[in-house]
Amino acid sequence: MTELLLLAVLDGLAYAALVFMVAVGLTLIFGVLRVLNVAHGSFYAIGAYTATSLVIGLGAAGWSPYLAYPALIISAVLVGALLGGLIETVLLRRVYVKEEVLTLLVTFAVFMILEDVQRLVWGVSPMFADAPLSLLGTLAVGQVYYTAYQLLLLPAAAVVVLVALRWFLRSTLQGRLIVAVAHDREAAMAMGINAKRVYMTTFMIGATLAALGGALASPTTSLTPGIGTDMIVLSFAVVATAGLGQVEGAAVTAVLLGLGRSFAVYLYPEMQVLMPYLIMVVVLLFRPQGLFGVAEMRKV
Amino acid sequence: MAARVLIPAVLLAVLAAVPFTAPASVLLFTLALAKGLAVLGIVVLLRAGQVSFGHALYFGASAYAVAFAARAMQGGSVSLLLLAGVAAAVVTGIVVGLFVVRYRYIFFGMLNLAFSMVLYSVLEKFFFITGGSDGLRVPRPTLFGMAVERFEYETTLFYLTLALVVLCAWLVYRYFQSPLGEALRALKSNETRLEYIGLSARGVLLVAYVISAALAGLGGTLLALVQGHVTPELSYWVRSGEFVFIAILGGAGSVVGPFVGAIVYELVRAYASAFAADVWQMILGGFLLVIILFASRGLVGMYQDVEERLFSRRVVTGGRRRPV
Repeated sequence: MTELLLLAVLDGLAYAALVFMVAVGLTLIFGVLRVLNVAHGSFYAIGAYTATSLVIGLGAAGWSPYLAYPALIISAVLVGALLGGLIETVLLRRVYVKEEVLTLLVTFAVFMILEDVQRLVWGVSPMFADAPLSLLGTLAVGQVYYTAYQLLLLPAAAVVVLVALRWFLRSTLQGRLIVAVAHDREAAMAMGINAKRVYMTTFMIGATLAALGGALASPTTSLTPGIGTDMIVLSFAVVATAGLGQVEGAAVTAVLLGLGRSFAVYLYPEMQVLMPYLIMVVVLLFRPQGLFGVAEMRKV
Repeated sequence: MAARVLIPAVLLAVLAAVPFTAPASVLLFTLALAKGLAVLGIVVLLRAGQVSFGHALYFGASAYAVAFAARAMQGGSVSLLLLAGVAAAVVTGIVVGLFVVRYRYIFFGMLNLAFSMVLYSVLEKFFFITGGSDGLRVPRPTLFGMAVERFEYETTLFYLTLALVVLCAWLVYRYFQSPLGEALRALKSNETRLEYIGLSARGVLLVAYVISAALAGLGGTLLALVQGHVTPELSYWVRSGEFVFIAILGGAGSVVGPFVGAIVYELVRAYASAFAADVWQMILGGFLLVIILFASRGLVGMYQDVEERLFSRRVVTGGRRRPV
């Protein structure tokens, strides 16, 4: 039983690390652009596919397998900067002034298009490249053997993302510009901040984080169409439970939901998919603005 | 303005003639109209400025209610099953509604999404009751006490659906004109002021929510009856997104829009999946982008623009046309 619980905790943490990266990108985009990005799951999926292709390509070229780790990061940045930048400049920029539901639907349309793009580019048969996973071997935790990749690398990556993002948003000029625009767009523009550029950078960063989640997840699972669809609703749940726009809150909530899910997997498997949503509903029942959200003032 | 009445009437007549002119696509049109009913539910909520990203919950709940009821009665009758389906949606709608009307905008949408995902995973995981991802077969019920052949059954259900569509569209139209319906628009523009005049915003929204749940449920009920098979996919979030998509495609401002949108959507989908099986989602997504970017009032809005140009007398003043 203790082994089982330990296993559930380790699974939950590794999973939470991935969910956090996707969710924090989503919450960042929402906090600044006020857009709920449905296409976020597609960034996750395409990040995963690109990383897998790159790792397989490296293996085929006979280069050092350790290059797979930078390859994961490079593919995330590629996907986030290119695809994210493209979507923001070509599509989203045109609809910010329209109703909220229309911007949301634009991202839904992008999601539909990208689903087919994945199928066209990578096909429908499962893809798998676990070189980054197997290279690090396994570690013993008590009685349990666990892959070092999931035990150490994934949580460490999530912590690095969290710390780096905090530092970026609080201590760098670019980050402070983002916070300023998120806080009050008009006032920021009156101070001479180029909000258009801030929007683009934010969207690219958010997309990169989703793609990074996907790239880091790719060695642990085989890729099939639809992986992005499941991830997006889960990260929605994290973002809503944490409170919109909460970076640190997203981390805590991701751990909460990740643990809840993995305990369900071991104790009551039917509840696996259900668990995160149950937690979300219960949290919102008592704290309508989310765990870390701030209640908004009602305006007449 | 005769054209205002004439053109919808002609469209309705063309639709009613489908079993004679294109018997092979009766099923397609029935499914499209059933989906249109769910979209009408979305339009009711859009009137209050709220977007539900989880109305597939009611679509799926009603479809499964029909499946369980039909299996328990070894068929049963269409009228009984209709009641069972709509009742399931109304009851679920009241329970979930009491909870979600406390939230607005993104939270409202996300909570609806969460509830629909709860149903989806229950349907998929508790396979010993729900048949898992294979779903359940719905035995064909009797029509007014008579057992009928497949073609007759499908034709009758088509007309039944059409009649229900006309009825629901009219009822929703009347609802929008009523004080309670007008309050929805007030909710969208300024909720606090609505409460200052003594109306409960939550009460107003709850009524709209239950109506929209019932409409989505009616759609799901008809789908289960026509298709004879239900799957968990009916309550998946992508389907909810599809409903919102069709609402915008048809035009959220009218009660006709959902049905025009649903028929166009299903036709595009049918042709796209027949001729471009790999990229039909891409085609639909592109279609949606074009509508949002260039005609955000939807197909009905486009029609209204054309109508205005054709039928209204206008005075030309400084190069700008104005209806008189």
